[in-house]
Amino acid sequence: MTGITTLARMTAFARNQWYVAAYGREIGRELLGRTILNEPIAFYRTESDDTVIALADRCVHRRYPLTAGRLDGDTVVCGYHGFTYDTGGTCVFVPGQKRVPRTARVPSYPIVEQDSLVWVWIGDPALADPRSVPRAPWLADPRWTTVGGMEPIDADYGLLVDNLLDLSHETYLHSGYIGTPEVAETPITTEVDEGAGVVRVSRHMDDAECPPFYARSTGIDGRITRWQDIEYHAPCLYLLHSRIAPAGVLPRPDGSDPDAFHVEITYAITPSTDRHVYDFWAVSRDFAQDDEEVTTFLHDLNRTVVLQDVAALNLLQKALDTEREGYQELSINIDTGGLAARRILARLAAEGEKTAPVVASP
Amino acid sequence: MSGAPTAEVYRIDWLPGTDVLHGVCHCGAERTAEDPVELWQWMLAHPTGHQPTGHQPADHREEMT
Repeated sequence: MTGITTLARMTAFARNQWYVAAYGREIGRELLGRTILNEPIAFYRTESDDTVIALADRCVHRRYPLTAGRLDGDTVVCGYHGFTYDTGGTCVFVPGQKRVPRTARVPSYPIVEQDSLVWVWIGDPALADPRSVPRAPWLADPRWTTVGGMEPIDADYGLLVDNLLDLSHETYLHSGYIGTPEVAETPITTEVDEGAGVVRVSRHMDDAECPPFYARSTGIDGRITRWQDIEYHAPCLYLLHSRIAPAGVLPRPDGSDPDAFHVEITYAITPSTDRHVYDFWAVSRDFAQDDEEVTTFLHDLNRTVVLQDVAALNLLQKALDTEREGYQELSINIDTGGLAARRILARLAAEGEKTAPVVASP
Repeated sequence: MSGAPTAEVYRIDWLPGTDVLHGVCHCGAERTAEDPVELWQWMLAHPTGHQPTGHQPADHREEMT
């Protein structure tokens, strides 16, 4: 009975971690609501210095969502009775009386805006270290052209982690877009840096069919050398370093690689609720940077691919929800990376439980 | 949370042309198997069952049952 494991109903959330809440461009002078690890949060930018603010999206008075209210300068005014909060979540105004109760405050969340992404810390704010936010520098680098978006999925976030750590599914689910036979046929190498919480999965195809995604964007006509090097910075950031070149063309001995096309595919996997995950995706390229046709093509085709994943994972979750408790599954070689990611997530979740008594209630 | 690289690295290579997985623990212990679940269980049980013998010749490797 090799490879068979019994599964839990849902992937545990890892608290005391940074999660991507939004692209920086999504947050402005309108209140934006996102639920992250079951915590409803209201995001906005201050009028005074453009800083991103994150407050619990529930008024302390009657729990009305603050996102249904409005901004007044740098403060948020509840749309129900006018309770008003400053950027730290302290209530500075209540209606009809001068005294504001000392307990009138909503939790605020640590934020880091970096590489065009807005990261929020879920857990004990005292433990938030901005230096531990993983990087995706190409997203904000003018030498790269990036397209991206976000698609919500009605599934356990662990299903999306599984999906992205095992790219052999490209051959079947994304055939005709990014999948070719060689993806599923080529052995992988998996590394886990336990201390860093990083899983790496590499698949190097020496002589592969060029899928439309790369044929039309690079102009390569013929077979290719295709490298896929995944770095998963658990729990949220997934990087796929993709290298495409005509078959046989390798990096030069000095390490430079001017004859290849490089695409950085970035995902942020942000658990929303037990059965809902935000799938942030971006495709950055170091070629044809100013070619609008290529930009539109890569955006539209990658969104199509993401929506194929969305449909598949929505369907899979529905199927899993009909399974009996303690259902089993079978893993084979292609799952080596996904299994490693699951274990890291379980460890991070356990560590978060030990040190995170703080929850988003006033 | 993403930390700086550490020395605690576990590696599994799927040997080309075979169904065999080859695992190397950060302590140097090695093992081959055809089941990733069992290989990870062995790997992550470190140091239990790990002999820090460095590279073992293929004909001496420890096969899993």
